[in-house]
Amino acid sequence: MTTSTEPVVAADGLPLKRSLARALRRQKIRALLLIAPLLLFIVLTFLVPIGNMLLRSVDNAIVEETIPRTVEALRGWDEAGDVPPGEDVFEALYADMLIATDAKRHTRLGSRLNYESSGMSSLFRKTNERRLGRFELEQPLAPQFEDIDEDWITLETWRVIKSNSDPVTAGYFLAAMDLRATPTGIEPVSDLQAIYVKLFVRTMILSVTITAMCFLLGYPIAWILANLPSRSANMLLILVLLPFWTSLLVRTSAWKVLLQQQGVINDLLVWVGVLADDNRLAMINNATGTVIAMTHILLPFMILPLYSVMKTISPTYLRAAKSLGATDWTAFWRVYFPQSVPGIGAGAILVFILAIGYYITPELVGGTDGTFISNRIYYHISSSLNWGLAAALATILLAMVLALYWVYDRLVGIDNVKLG
Amino acid sequence: MADTPANDGFVTFDRVQKSYDGEALVVKDLNLSIGKGEFLTMLGPSGSGKTTCLMMLAGFESATHGEIKLDGVSINNIPPHKRGIGMVFQNYALFPHMTVAENLAFPLEVRKMGKSEREMKVKRALDMVQMGEFGGRRPAQLSGGQQQRIALARALVFDAELVLMDEPLGALDKQLREHMQFEIKHLHEQLGITVVYVTHDQGEALTMSDRVAVFNDGRIQQLAPPEDLYERPENSFVAQFIGENNTLAGTVERIIDGVAEVRLSSGEIINAEPVNVSQPGESTLISIRPERVEIDHTRLPADAHLIDAEVLEWIYMGDIFRTRLRVAGNDQFVIKSRNSGDQRKLVPGERIKIGWAPGDARALEVTE
Ligand SMILES: Nc1ncnc2c1ncn2[C@@H]1O[C@H](COP(=O)(O)OP(=O)(O)OP(=O)(O)O)[C@@H](O)[C@H]1O
Ligand SMILES: [Mg+2]
Repeated sequence: MTTSTEPVVAADGLPLKRSLARALRRQKIRALLLIAPLLLFIVLTFLVPIGNMLLRSVDNAIVEETIPRTVEALRGWDEAGDVPPGEDVFEALYADMLIATDAKRHTRLGSRLNYESSGMSSLFRKTNERRLGRFELEQPLAPQFEDIDEDWITLETWRVIKSNSDPVTAGYFLAAMDLRATPTGIEPVSDLQAIYVKLFVRTMILSVTITAMCFLLGYPIAWILANLPSRSANMLLILVLLPFWTSLLVRTSAWKVLLQQQGVINDLLVWVGVLADDNRLAMINNATGTVIAMTHILLPFMILPLYSVMKTISPTYLRAAKSLGATDWTAFWRVYFPQSVPGIGAGAILVFILAIGYYITPELVGGTDGTFISNRIYYHISSSLNWGLAAALATILLAMVLALYWVYDRLVGIDNVKLG
Repeated sequence: MADTPANDGFVTFDRVQKSYDGEALVVKDLNLSIGKGEFLTMLGPSGSGKTTCLMMLAGFESATHGEIKLDGVSINNIPPHKRGIGMVFQNYALFPHMTVAENLAFPLEVRKMGKSEREMKVKRALDMVQMGEFGGRRPAQLSGGQQQRIALARALVFDAELVLMDEPLGALDKQLREHMQFEIKHLHEQLGITVVYVTHDQGEALTMSDRVAVFNDGRIQQLAPPEDLYERPENSFVAQFIGENNTLAGTVERIIDGVAEVRLSSGEIINAEPVNVSQPGESTLISIRPERVEIDHTRLPADAHLIDAEVLEWIYMGDIFRTRLRVAGNDQFVIKSRNSGDQRKLVPGERIKIGWAPGDARALEVTE
């Protein structure tokens, strides 16, 4: 037996490892070329928008870009004191505003600062080209700004401007968590204004409820599907997939027809006599409506992975368990159920992640107490145009999903998830 | 061959029928009595109803008609988990999410056995199949033969008196299979359990069993110890199914003193033992085992019948020679002769005379 310490060499005298790496490199490059289009697509449509969203949630360059001299001059001002900034700041502001009003950018800055303190929008709108044109430059500028609006000499206004003069802000994230920054530190907003934490919690609870409902309803169906002869199983599977063939809006509206107070179900219950006519159930435009409609919509996403996993569990396992003395229930619980856990994991993750980001259905049937955080994100993107806050909310949502995914991985193990 | 244990009817099938679809009977009128400690094999072609019988005994299928008794008690209405019958499945059915030891402990746990006793029994069962080291492994980490042993140990760990095995060795290669046959047989003798074994490998059936039940078409064609099955098949199906067999078609001329005179299709008359022919004029198939046919006339008894044959093919197979002949119009007539020093090579086209002892020719019924 020879034990050589020299590296093994290939026929051409090169070390074997190197020739192997070279041979594999071509394969790797070819594989990379094959997936390149998809990779590009994902980068452009997925990673870039998400990165953009993450940036937007902290981006605050607008203040420094619009009034750079003012921001510079404000560095010398002590915001914790009780005197407004001096004449130098107002001179800088005048110069900045001349340029900003000329480019019509001052109102945008106003809207931005209005998120931090209401009144800022009108303050900046009032400070327009015409008013600035009437300024007498040999006189002190502060009183003339005060003439436009006395907010210009209040401490609050300048504190807001100064605290937002960094190009990066935590303000959106604070707002998304019902907090705000004050010169004395971070404190919760008043109970009346606090909505986001409540919404996050509600989104979580409802998503978990929907996932649990899907599991309770879907497990027995998947079991039947997996144990039927394949002809009838295919037929039933088509029925399971039927909801995918109709538009989401149609299905959600159908739930409205069924569940509303003058709807089919209430009518039926009143007619049967279970309910008094003046005591009809509120099943829509609230959390109940959201849970019912979304369970219906997401059910196939639970059934399909469960079914495909259950199909692979041979019925002989149950027989074996029974021949070993287990009752039907023990055989199911100790032998069948553990083998179906990967399907439950896959189904639950799918349903939960879809549910937590859903917004059409909660919007339509959720009323006020059945809406999700995504409805709020949508509102900030399309109505209030506060994209920074929308981005911060979305980022928190993303972080929550990732955190849950991590917890799941620790508890169950992600390699225990089987989609088929 | 060990002598058959006294048949005390430990397991009995009484006029059992089974139909899955309400149209065809898969098991037709099964009557079978299995003695305690017996090793009984159900042998038969695919689809003959062996598994169905086993499943009825285990309780996974219900008998459409008739009664199955275990130890004198009817078990028709007892659910499988209360029957206490051990079972080894063809693909082992070891629970993949449990370790080997957990698999073995499962039947003990559901019987609410204490932890220490459980561990002791699991260890004993593992040692019994020489798998003591493997308690911590998952079934997927074992080879086929090892899984087989664990399945066996699991069926035995709760001291079942009756163990059913449905083609337990079907997935193993030939060598391992022969080794496991030996081990199963050994365990059977050592533990004194009753085994009902299903296979469609006749070699397996013949080497392992006390008695073999040959199934065909939902019926037991013959139930007998292996040597009877081979030497004295009771009908053409068994004669054809077990081992190799030559047949000569003919008509019964008459039957005198337990000897049938049969006129072959070539016109020649030979003597044979009447098995299930009784009337003169009946058509019959004479069955003769290839190794009972002699070319060397000196080795034949005086009353042996000689018949003309033409050599068609001669094959050297090492320990034996296999010669294909045309005899009385049948050109698939095969004889096997031992490779002894004095044997000579036969040449195709050569005409010879062959013969056999009259008792080796069995006159059986003609089947379609
Ligand atoms: N669950 C079932 N439903 C309907 N028919 C069945 C079922 N199981 C078996 N059969 C039919 O019953 C007949 C006997 O089947 P069985 O499984 O008992 O045969 P087997 O002797 O075990 O065959 P093999 O050697 O192939 O295992 C077959 O024709 C089969 O098609
Ligand atoms: Mg079978």
